[in-house]
Amino acid sequence: MPEIFVAKAGDITDGDRRIVRTPKGEIGVFNHKGAFHAYANNCVHSGGPACEGILVNKVVDIIADDKTYQGQTFSDVMHFVCPWHGYEFDIETGICAGNSKLKIKKFETVVRGGDLYLVA
Amino acid sequence: MDATNNEVRSLRFDSYDSGEHLKNAAKQARARNYQDFLIVDVDAHHYESEHYRDVFGYIDSPVLRRNALESFSRGGRANFLGGQVGYQDISGRITRHWLRKNEKTPDDKHRDITTTLRWMDAMGVDYACLFPTPMLFLGMHPQPEIESALAQAYNRWLCERILNEEKRIISMLYLPFNDPEAAYQTVKEFGGRKGVVGFMVTAPRYKPVHDNAYMKTYRLIEEMGLPISFHAAYSWGDQALQLTNRFIGVHALGFMWFNMVHMTNWVVNGLPERFPKLKVMWIESGLTWAYSLMQRLDHSYMMRTSDCPSLKRKPSEYMQEMFYSSQPMEVPDDPSILEATFKMIKAETQLVWSSDYPHWDFDLPGVIYDLPFLKEQAKRNILGGNAARLFNLPPQPVKTIPDYD
Repeated sequence: MPEIFVAKAGDITDGDRRIVRTPKGEIGVFNHKGAFHAYANNCVHSGGPACEGILVNKVVDIIADDKTYQGQTFSDVMHFVCPWHGYEFDIETGICAGNSKLKIKKFETVVRGGDLYLVA
Repeated sequence: MDATNNEVRSLRFDSYDSGEHLKNAAKQARARNYQDFLIVDVDAHHYESEHYRDVFGYIDSPVLRRNALESFSRGGRANFLGGQVGYQDISGRITRHWLRKNEKTPDDKHRDITTTLRWMDAMGVDYACLFPTPMLFLGMHPQPEIESALAQAYNRWLCERILNEEKRIISMLYLPFNDPEAAYQTVKEFGGRKGVVGFMVTAPRYKPVHDNAYMKTYRLIEEMGLPISFHAAYSWGDQALQLTNRFIGVHALGFMWFNMVHMTNWVVNGLPERFPKLKVMWIESGLTWAYSLMQRLDHSYMMRTSDCPSLKRKPSEYMQEMFYSSQPMEVPDDPSILEATFKMIKAETQLVWSSDYPHWDFDLPGVIYDLPFLKEQAKRNILGGNAARLFNLPPQPVKTIPDYD
């Protein structure tokens, strides 16, 4: 698999990203907490630019031991959100929040000598 | 978004282009050869509230005009038109809703014409039927005279500033339905205007469609050969819908609920028999509601014909002669379920594709074009042919699909 130079790894800080044009289509490369994750910039729903939306933590209901609802909060799981319709994906796995059978195509990344490469 | 070089780019959240936002849609449009056939979007939107200062200038009454302009200048606080609780942009997740303010447009054309044509071309749309956005809730305003005043002002503004200037943008004009006489006068005033292809009633309201006060309006629209449409929306003020506590609930139910009520009244009161040539369209309720309501009404009708003696056929047979906009089209995992819905509503001749763009749950033409059970001609009918016949549009495609590669 060819490797495509993306950037100096240190230039993409936590929460930042790059969009890379490749022969396999556009790919988004995210830095999340120091780890790089790369996904097709093509939403599994209707083909939107899934890597070009906001990052937001997963929303969870707070259900007490007695099963009563106590409000909502954000979990530690980070989502990237397709800006066309709001489909959300786990930034570490690419799994769709609304349907675990749906997964956005993931690509490998390599850091070598301080340079970040995309394997695509 | 800014390209730093040909291969790797950073994202910028301080610029926006309505066409570029849909660059992936343009790629789909090219791959599917949309340039070869007509695509008509029967339900698209703009944000008329961004032009309220201009629109309010068209209000006839000097008192209401002053009230409106003063209300606008106060911003944020209790306002002239009322508002609607909701968070359609999924709390910022739909980025175009907050990025669009950064879009650059040329001075020699109305901004809404430029931005609308940009997304139309990217999607592969030839003609778009443009509707307002906040005004979809105006039917719940407690003062009918304000609905009438704003409808008249908006319709005049839209005709002068948009429809007169751009032939690819058409509209079914807003009917101020809470005042039947004003609705009638609206049809008389605007029925022959350039780009006016019908009239639209916003569905959330508490006026029954079978009231005798509307009969002369229906007759006039029928004589003009134009369609009347009912555009769905929700109202979180409705007592039943107040039981929902999340937007997903009020939206899923609200956008069906009012159209189901109006459709039921329309059919059981025999309006299709009274106005057999009047073309009726139901907008933005999806499709499953019609599939369900046809069966429920038919079932009850056979036992209660005395409730609707004007009918000469089953309710579903009248409903199968009406038109349905497609969005937001429910797409079950099993396509045979959708195929049954298409069969029930006679989709090949009665279904008309709509995007609802730029709203949060818009559909691309691909929702129709990619269906495995439709033949090519059926796809083309639904995407444009049916609407072209309904709106009397020329059949040749006129768009230019951009190439962002």
